[in-house]
Amino acid sequence: MSVRGLIKDSWRERRLFEQRTIVVVILIGLLSSLLLGRLLWLQVLRYDHYTQLSQGNRVRVEPLPAARGIIYDRRGEVLADNQPTYQLELIPEEVPDVETTLAGLVRIGLIEAAAIEDLKKLIRSRRSFESIPVRLRLDDQEIARFAVNRFRFPGVDIQTRLARNYPLGEIGVHALGYVGAISEADLKNIAREAYAGTSTIGKLGIESAYEQDLRGENGRREQLVNARGRPIENLQTLERELIFRPSRRGQDLFLTLDLNVQNTAEKAMANRRGALIALDPNNGDVLALVSHPGFDPNLFARGLSNEEFSALNTDPDRPLFNRALRGTYPPGSTIKPLVALAGLQYGVITPEDVHYCVGYFTLPGSSRRFRDWQRRGHGPVNMRAAISRSCDPYFYSLADRLGVDRLHNFLGQFGLEAPSGIDIGGEKSGILPSREWKRSAFRNPQEQVWFPGETVIFGIGQGYMTSTPLQVAQMTATLAMRGAAWRPRLVAALRDPQTGERQELAPEAMPVVTLKDNNFWKIAIDGMRAVMEGGTASAAARGARYSIAGKSGTAQVVAIAQGEQYDADALDERLRDHAWFVAFAPIEAPRIVVAVLIENGGGGSGVAAPVARQVMDAYLLPQINEANGT
Amino acid sequence: MIRENVESTSTRALTLTARVLSTLRIDGPLVLALSSIALIGLLVLYSASGGNWAVVLRGAVRLLLGGLLMLVLAQIRPSMLRRISPFMYGAGLLLLLIVELVGDVGKGAQRWLDLGFMRFQPSEIMKLAVPMACAWWLHERPVPPSPSSLVILAALIVLPTGLVMIQPDLGTSLLIAMAGLTVVFLAGLSLRLIVSLMVLAVAAAWAGWEFLLREYQRQRVLTFLNPEADPLGSGYHIIQSTIAIGSGGVFGKGYLRGSQSQLEFLPERSTDFVFAVIGEEFGLLGILILLSLYLYVVARSLWLANQMRDTYARLLAGSFAALFFVYVFINAGMVSGLLPVVGVPLPLISYGGTSMVTLLAGFGILMSLYANRKLAA
Repeated sequence: MSVRGLIKDSWRERRLFEQRTIVVVILIGLLSSLLLGRLLWLQVLRYDHYTQLSQGNRVRVEPLPAARGIIYDRRGEVLADNQPTYQLELIPEEVPDVETTLAGLVRIGLIEAAAIEDLKKLIRSRRSFESIPVRLRLDDQEIARFAVNRFRFPGVDIQTRLARNYPLGEIGVHALGYVGAISEADLKNIAREAYAGTSTIGKLGIESAYEQDLRGENGRREQLVNARGRPIENLQTLERELIFRPSRRGQDLFLTLDLNVQNTAEKAMANRRGALIALDPNNGDVLALVSHPGFDPNLFARGLSNEEFSALNTDPDRPLFNRALRGTYPPGSTIKPLVALAGLQYGVITPEDVHYCVGYFTLPGSSRRFRDWQRRGHGPVNMRAAISRSCDPYFYSLADRLGVDRLHNFLGQFGLEAPSGIDIGGEKSGILPSREWKRSAFRNPQEQVWFPGETVIFGIGQGYMTSTPLQVAQMTATLAMRGAAWRPRLVAALRDPQTGERQELAPEAMPVVTLKDNNFWKIAIDGMRAVMEGGTASAAARGARYSIAGKSGTAQVVAIAQGEQYDADALDERLRDHAWFVAFAPIEAPRIVVAVLIENGGGGSGVAAPVARQVMDAYLLPQINEANGT
Repeated sequence: MIRENVESTSTRALTLTARVLSTLRIDGPLVLALSSIALIGLLVLYSASGGNWAVVLRGAVRLLLGGLLMLVLAQIRPSMLRRISPFMYGAGLLLLLIVELVGDVGKGAQRWLDLGFMRFQPSEIMKLAVPMACAWWLHERPVPPSPSSLVILAALIVLPTGLVMIQPDLGTSLLIAMAGLTVVFLAGLSLRLIVSLMVLAVAAAWAGWEFLLREYQRQRVLTFLNPEADPLGSGYHIIQSTIAIGSGGVFGKGYLRGSQSQLEFLPERSTDFVFAVIGEEFGLLGILILLSLYLYVVARSLWLANQMRDTYARLLAGSFAALFFVYVFINAGMVSGLLPVVGVPLPLISYGGTSMVTLLAGFGILMSLYANRKLAA
C-alpha cells in the first residue's frame, strides 16, 4: 500500500463526503418527488374516485320493509295481518364462508340439511349486501341457541320482521292464498329494488293478485357502519346527511267474503272433498269461496320444511288444489234449466209440451239407450216437471232437437266457455264442447267428427262438457238475475292505512243475456223453484224462511256400460259420482247464489243441497231478522 | 424605552437558551423540528386511536424516554462511542443469535427477547450498531475503502441483516442493511462497484424470492403488485389506506373526521398506517407540512454531518440522516401503495415498538458528534 493510502488525507476525504452528500440529496429529491407524485395522483387527480369509495365504505343502506296490508272480510273481520317474528338473516358479503356457515347452522339445528342447496341458490341469486332470510320464525329456544353461538357466525344475525299471520288458519285459504319466501323464479318477475329487505311475496289467491297493493313501499335508511359492518351512532364529527325514507304500509283490502258465510260453508263441507262458491248475484261479490280440504297458510308464511311441503303436495286429497277455481267437473243436471231456456229461445219447445218419459231415450235409427237416472222413468213431464224431477230423457230429446251448435252458443252466453274473470289468478275454464272444439281437441280425424249421441248427453251436462264450480256459480247467478251478469270479485275496496282513505272498487258488469221473451226466465226459474217444493231437493228447503230456486246435479266419474246398473255401494268411494247443487234465494230478488260440488258425494240433492241451504241461511237469516227487528 | 427593554430581555432570553443548549450539547433547530414532528404525532395518535387518551399518554411517555436517552447520549464523548462501537455490535449480534434460539414469537416472527422486566428487540440495537461498526471500521482506514476492507464491511452488514431476515422481519432487516450501506456509500464506494452490486442485488433478490422469503412475505410483494386481486385478504391494507389518503384530498376531511380511520376501515391505523390517517384528515397540505419537517430534519442532519471533522463522526451522522429519510420514504411509500408493505413505522409518529427510542438515540449520538466536532478524535 502506498503511503498516501495509509495516511489519511482529511481534505480529500471531506471533499469526497461532500460529493456523496450531494448525491444523497439528489436521491432524496428524486424519491421525494416520486412520493409527491403518488400523493398528487391519489389526493388530487383521483380524489373523486376515492371519495366515492370511502363513502361506500362507511354508509350501509338498510332497507326498511313495509308492513303488508291487512286483509279484512266485508264486515271488517281480520283475515290476514302481520305479527312481529324473529328470523335468521345472512349478509353474504359479511360471511367469510357461506358453505361452512350454513353447515354450522345445520349443526346447531337452526336449518335443515336438506334446505342447504336451495339456500345456496337463493344466496347466489341475491346481491351480496342484501340481508337474506335463511330461517323464518325462530322460537325462543332457537333464538337462545343462536345467541350463544353467534360469535361463530359473523354476518348472520337475528332480525325482527313482520311476518304474515292468518289468524283463522285454513278458513278462506283458497281465496286468500298465502305469502311465502321469495323464490328464484319470483326474482325473475319482480323489481329487485322494490323487494330489498322483503323476504316474502304473495304466492296465490288475493295475496298474489293484489301483491302490488298489499306490499306497500319499502323505505330505506342509510346507516353509518364500521369496518365490521356494525351500525354505529353517527359520530358527531362525521355528520352527513343520511337518507331516511320511511316505508309506506301496503293497502288494506276489504274483501267481499262474509266470514259468517265462509265459516258456515267450511263447516258444512267438513270432511268432504269439494268446492263451494257463494255469490251476491247483484254485483258479483264472492261471499264464500271454499275448496276442501284446505291447508294452513301460516305454514307457508313461516316457511315450511321440505317434508311438510311434500306431505301437503302428495296428500291424495290434494289440499293445495283449488277446486273452486281450477277443478273441472261435468256440470251434470245443473245446466238443465239453461237447456230448457235454449229450447224456448230457439222455439223448439214450449213449456207446456209434454214428453213421455219411459226411463230412456233413443236416437232415431239407433238402439242405444240413453238412460234416465230413474230406471222406471217419470211418465208424462212438461218443462217444469222435467226440471223439478230432473228428467233426463226430456233433455236428451230437447238437446237432440236443438243440436250441438245452438246448445253451445246459448250456454256460452252464461260464462261456461271462458274463465269467469274473477279478480284472483289461477282460474281455469271447463270445456263447452262444439264441433269446432272437437276438431281441435282430437288429432285422430275419426274422432274429430261430432256425433249426434254426443249432443244427447251434452243436454244433461255430461260427455265432454266440464265446468269449474265458479263457472257453474256464475251461470246460476246470471240465470237468477234474469240475464244480468257481474264479474265475480273478491276485493270490494282498498284502504290506504296512511290516510285512511277508502277506495271502493266498482263491480264490473258482464254482457247481459237477452231472451226473445222475458217470461222465459220465469219458466226456467219456476222449474227450479219446483225442485225445492216437492222436487228432487225438497228436503233441503224444508222450513226455509225465504223462497229458494235450486237444481241438483250428478257428475259421472265412471261411465256405466250399457245394461249395467250404477251401484254406489259397490263402487270404490273415489269412483262414485260427484254431487252438485246450485241454488239462489230469494227467487224474486235474489241476494245469494250458491254452487256446491262434493266430490264422490253421490246424488246432488242428498249431500250437496243441505250444504247450500246452510250457507243461504247463514247469509239471509241475519238480514231477515234485522229487517224484522228481531 | 420600553421597547428596548423588551428587546434586550428577549435577546437575553435567546442567548440564555443558546447557552443552555450548547451546555446540553443539543442542536436547537434539530430538536425543534423533531419536537414538532413528535407533537404532531401525538395529535394524530389521539385521532388514530379513536380518542384513546391512554394510547396518547403511552406514546408521550415513550417520547419522553427517547428524548431523555437522546439527551444522555448527546453527553457521551464521540471517542468513547467509537471505541464501544465494535463491542456494541458484537453484543447485538450475540443477542440476535439468542433471539433466534429462545426468542418469543410475536405476530409469527421471533423478534422479542424477554428480559423479565421488559421485552426487547435486539434488532433495534443493530439499527444503530451496524452503522457504528461500519464507521468504526472505516475510521482508521483510507476512504474510499479498499477491496479487503469492503469484504469486512459486507460481512458486518450481511450477518445481522441475515439474522433479522430469518426472524423473519423484512422491514427491519432492510433498514439495518440500508444503515450499513449508507455508511459505505458515504465513505465513497466506487460507483462502478455500486452498479455491479446492484446487479448482484437483483440476482440475490431472485434467489431470496426463491429460497428465503416466507409465504407471507412473497404474498406481500405479490399483493403490492396487484392489491385488488385479494381485496379482503392481503390487499385489504393497501386498498383501505389508498382510499383513506385519496379521499383526504388537498385539505383533508378535518381532524377526527376521517371516516376511513374513525370507522376502523383502516387497519393498523395508529401504528404502521398512521400516515394514511394524516393523509385523510389533513389532506395533501398536512402531508406536505409533515414531509417538509422530515426533510428539514434530514437536511439539518446532513449539514451537521458535513461540519464534522473526523471520519467516524461524518460517516455515522451522514448515515443517520440518510436513514431517517429512508424510514420516512419506505413508510409513506408503502402506505400510499408505492412500495410493498414491509412493516416500517413512520418515524416519531407511529405508536408502539421501540423504534422511536432507537431513532431519538441516534439523534442523541448525532448531536454528540456535532457538539464535539472540533475535538481531535
